[in-house]
Amino acid sequence: MSQPVHIRGGTVIDPASGTQERRDVLVREGKIIAVSELIAEEALAGAKVIEAANHLVLPGLIDMHVHLREPGYEYRETVESGTRAAVAGGFTAMACMANTKPVNDSAAVTEYILERAQAAGLARVYPIGAVSKELKGEELAEIGEMRQAGIVAVSDDGMPIMNGGLMRRALEYSSMFGLPVIVHEEDRLIAGDGVMNEGAMSLRLGLKGVPAAAEEAMLARDLSLLERTGGRLHVAHASTAGSVDLIRRAKDRGLAVTAEAAPHHFTLTEAAVEGYNTRAKMNPPLRTLQDVEAIRHALADGTIDVIASDHAPHHRDEKEVEFDHALNGVVGLETTLALSLRLAEEAQIPLLRLIAAMSLNPARILGLPLGTLAPGAEADITVVDPSSRWTVQAARFQSKGRSTPFEGMELRGHAVLTMVAGRIVWRTGMGQSI
Amino acid sequence: MPFTRRHLLGLEDVSSEELSYLLDTAQSFKEISEREIKKVPTLRGKTVVGMFYEASTRTRTSFEIAAKRMSADFVSLSASTSSVTKGETLLDTARNLDAMRPDALILRHASSGAPHFLAARLDCAVINAGDGAHEHPTQALLDLLTMRERKQKLAGLTVAIVGDVLHSRVARSNVFALKTLGANIRLVGPPTLLAPEMRAWGDVTTDLHEGVRDADVIMMLRIQLERQGKNFFPTVDEYSRYFCLTESAVARAKSDVMIMHPGPINRGVEIASDVADGPYSVILDQVTNGIAVRMAVLYLLTNQARTQTHSEGETQAELAAPEVEVVAPRLRRKVG
Repeated sequence: MSQPVHIRGGTVIDPASGTQERRDVLVREGKIIAVSELIAEEALAGAKVIEAANHLVLPGLIDMHVHLREPGYEYRETVESGTRAAVAGGFTAMACMANTKPVNDSAAVTEYILERAQAAGLARVYPIGAVSKELKGEELAEIGEMRQAGIVAVSDDGMPIMNGGLMRRALEYSSMFGLPVIVHEEDRLIAGDGVMNEGAMSLRLGLKGVPAAAEEAMLARDLSLLERTGGRLHVAHASTAGSVDLIRRAKDRGLAVTAEAAPHHFTLTEAAVEGYNTRAKMNPPLRTLQDVEAIRHALADGTIDVIASDHAPHHRDEKEVEFDHALNGVVGLETTLALSLRLAEEAQIPLLRLIAAMSLNPARILGLPLGTLAPGAEADITVVDPSSRWTVQAARFQSKGRSTPFEGMELRGHAVLTMVAGRIVWRTGMGQSI
Repeated sequence: MPFTRRHLLGLEDVSSEELSYLLDTAQSFKEISEREIKKVPTLRGKTVVGMFYEASTRTRTSFEIAAKRMSADFVSLSASTSSVTKGETLLDTARNLDAMRPDALILRHASSGAPHFLAARLDCAVINAGDGAHEHPTQALLDLLTMRERKQKLAGLTVAIVGDVLHSRVARSNVFALKTLGANIRLVGPPTLLAPEMRAWGDVTTDLHEGVRDADVIMMLRIQLERQGKNFFPTVDEYSRYFCLTESAVARAKSDVMIMHPGPINRGVEIASDVADGPYSVILDQVTNGIAVRMAVLYLLTNQARTQTHSEGETQAELAAPEVEVVAPRLRRKVG
């Protein structure tokens, strides 16, 4: 029997119950036993005490958009290094995308990823299966087989589904399993070989642009398909004001659509590309100030449900090249929490709403029994010091990926303790880790 | 204000004083190419390396002649003969060349920003000889020199730039520098080769006759024939029907209009032969000025230890005086 843990004196933020109060939390046998102003003495007998005064006690954060790179690209990230980065960043669970090598388009690959996660023993990992075999956008993958093995959604993320017929069938077929289809919205023919947002900046730099219409046209198509097919659509990394508009109107019509935004899209504009900065190269690209403001509003009013990092580690050599040739993607697991807290302050988003976007909402979308601090729930808990100042230094990341557009940025707030199923998997603050 | 930059990557942020200084320096070097013996010892002992990763005849030859007339040693490699074919990255190739201690590295590359990428990582001076659709600063400088010779001052001139503005590094460098110097810019082409944001650069029109009306300078851009397969225009024939500079279009411009083209020209496509070879054409003067401009750029960038300002009265022997090289500590790439 493991020792009970008493998290004392912190501010509990539990969106599921609307709680934002000073509460003590008692954890035993991997479950939350009590959340109370005052826990009875006898219940606390023998408990390890975690002092959490002036700290936030959150349901374990969930990042529903992560690239763990294993199998196949272990030089970029492994399940072990990725989950270590996750817990260091305050995440207790994540969903990982299917663009591994081989692609996660079969139960065997799904099982392999789950085994690696088990072996790592850090955060919970929920694989996302491919929509199409080998992400080719031609034939449906064996979604049912993968569902049996443990996938929580399907997505061809990184490879937009150009074939509208396939997309229609994917929405229909996945609805049988209750799985959302997560879409990277990009009409590749409109995007062409663009490498950044199309506009005044791309024109000046002589870089080929990806217009906002590449994302919006594809999103409009999928929303039309959704109307007829049923199923659930989850829009990954929405990046434009036009996308926000489309999502808002679809929700008003009652469509089963949800959406996420990445910290780089609510924090940075395309100006970060200045000087041909490959650390600011990702897909969808950084957009304009107007887009950033629209994404912020959408997170504030709930049009966008989720904050997800789109953690996409690459090797240094894949970024240290000409801008055209640099791979898309940045790491995010270890900066998302602080950037989100910054957003909450700047955009005046209530903490309950912000934390919901990082815990309860992704849990609901993916059908996970997580995201709450209710008694009886899994003891996945993130304790955050919201006021500690730190400077982003990629060299100190747990992730193997070092490419972040936030290098050198001063942020506030970090996870001092991350607990998964009652087990402390990350702890800092007094200079020690775990 | 002298030109004291370490690199020449583009003209976007180069001040009018710096531009004037560059042009004055180039002007003073023109005479060398008119001599019986076209060689001065000014850059003796300097090594210049050319990396031409895109096809280039004019620019490469021009840089080579410029370097040699200044007595620099000039070595060049192209993508097809370099270790690119063995899979070496641009940065590794450039680092190896840099380790051979050249004074300047000239880069022509298909990717916008490639010279900026190298400049941040090498010790030697980097000269942009054309990067993707971004800039081609020495081309614009030779264009400016040619305009200035004929029109004396550039402020107030109306310059019509016609053709594939969207993909043109020549257009960008000219637009940036001409704006800095106070010229009026008109951009002319089919909507597929323009962009809405170009209105920040000048007047934008799709009508050639409108665009060249009362222009002091008409700068034609080369049409890449492969654009027709990419739906920028249906056919070269149809393109030339609307945008080929013919004598009737030239007649709308000022009576002393200059016709420019960076070359190589597509006769009968963007420019009629009568116009290219006609009395208003300065196309070959541009090429001649290219040598002087590149001599000036090589001189200024490989002599950054100098502090004296250059004047026309200075003799070449003085310019050739030996100097102490200040070797900057090698920049180390941060290992993450």
